[in-house]
Amino acid sequence: MSSGTPAAGFGSIDCDVHNAVDDIAELFPYLPQRWSDYCVEHGVTSLAPAFYPGRAALSATPESRSSGRAPGADPELVRAQVLERGVDVAILNCLYAVQPIHNEDWAVAMAAALNDWQAQRWLAADPRYRASIVVPSQNPQRAAQEIERLAGHGGFVQVLLLANSQVPLGNRAHWPIYEAAAAAGLPVGVHPGVAGGNPPLPVGWPSTYLEEYAGAALAMQSQLTSLVCEGVFSRFPALKVVLLESGVTWLPSLMWRLDKNWKGLRREIPWVADRPSVVIRRHVRLSTAPFDGPLATEQARDHLPRFLDQLGSVDMLLYSGDHPHWHHRDPEQSLLQFLSPAERRQVLRDNGLATYPTILQGAAV
Amino acid sequence: MSALHRHVVVANAEEIPPGGSKIVEVDGRSIGVFNLDGEYFAVRNACPHAGGPLCAGMRSGFVRSEGPGHYEYLRRGEFLRCPWHQWEFDIRTGQSWFDPQKTRVRRYDARIAAGAELLAEEERLAAAGLQKGPYSAETYPVRATEEYVIIEL
Repeated sequence: MSSGTPAAGFGSIDCDVHNAVDDIAELFPYLPQRWSDYCVEHGVTSLAPAFYPGRAALSATPESRSSGRAPGADPELVRAQVLERGVDVAILNCLYAVQPIHNEDWAVAMAAALNDWQAQRWLAADPRYRASIVVPSQNPQRAAQEIERLAGHGGFVQVLLLANSQVPLGNRAHWPIYEAAAAAGLPVGVHPGVAGGNPPLPVGWPSTYLEEYAGAALAMQSQLTSLVCEGVFSRFPALKVVLLESGVTWLPSLMWRLDKNWKGLRREIPWVADRPSVVIRRHVRLSTAPFDGPLATEQARDHLPRFLDQLGSVDMLLYSGDHPHWHHRDPEQSLLQFLSPAERRQVLRDNGLATYPTILQGAAV
Repeated sequence: MSALHRHVVVANAEEIPPGGSKIVEVDGRSIGVFNLDGEYFAVRNACPHAGGPLCAGMRSGFVRSEGPGHYEYLRRGEFLRCPWHQWEFDIRTGQSWFDPQKTRVRRYDARIAAGAELLAEEERLAAAGLQKGPYSAETYPVRATEEYVIIEL
């Protein structure tokens, strides 16, 4: 196999592939007529996420635009560009923006329609596709009901939440989602995206996409801190959380800081009985794309082993290609080539199998 | 503790009433003497972590929990928080309880216990779910005569 990409037949799992709704009418067969008519009557033509400006240079690979449809909209094209290139199982994280809808009834209907569309249009199209359950996080109780509705469907292997939530994700208001996910044995994936009106940066709204994208890791760090300190993993000890598309090299410094300050402020969160880094290593996984390291290979060869030492092991890392997004580094410069064969196998396959225990059920590999 | 104990008078008993404390200087060492409900304890006034003036720190209880939102407040006034880093130490034993690195704890067990009563106290805390940290503040036996507080060196 080449060192920078997975190899077919190896059993590699790509945990972050983005499927897109090209035309909102694709969802109408799965919507109650009250809501499909509502979309038509109100002139709602798209919920494509504004946080991925479609033609921005980093938003999609040139070849993913080749069909003339939205990048990621065609299961056949994604098959050719992901599954036929060494990925044996692809987890779809659909970012069609139902989470920012302010009418929760409409959001509930749209999320359910989106999931049914994913099942029919994608999961049925190829046995190597898996999907994340999109939930109406506007109302965590109803989000939990959507998880319960799909829990028996083997194609859904994760619950998807967006990082720019209305309140921090550790807040107890969200706990029905974690309870339902844990009961279903599903990890919760957290992906950059606006779900409520908070700006994507902790300090306010950025002027440019570059600022927003570079700052995605900041929201993720805030969410990780919230999940640990609020005791989500104390309350749901079986729960795994996967941080998607936000880099990984920031993690050691956050763990150092949390551990250091936990010693002095531990009494605020007495339910966190272990050092935060221990909790994070036990419950949290991160996808490998985009990977933020030195651009020069020589520098990377020098720096990345140090990062891996700081991280402790590659146990937390899950391979992702992030198709069709194109804002990470070229494959030959990515993390994989700096790993030993055993570590590469862990990141490409074994960590994914452990994180998504049902992922190979009924799969072609 | 060496075999040759030296008894040093450090205060009149009424100087350190229940809940009170006094920082004294003995042989160039700063030592905090505490009265917990009539029992006296002495702790070296230097945090074993970084040397901070431990005995000048806040006195509080210990907070433990069985889950998010649940707080159990134990042994009010019997824990010192070092003013430098807020790490917590048990006045009765000098044991720190903030850091559950069990493998580093045993090294310190031997010089924590001042007698069967303190050992029993540690067992009670461990049973309540507390885990020892790696540091132990230096402590000295204290005895109150009718008129004086005495520490053994």
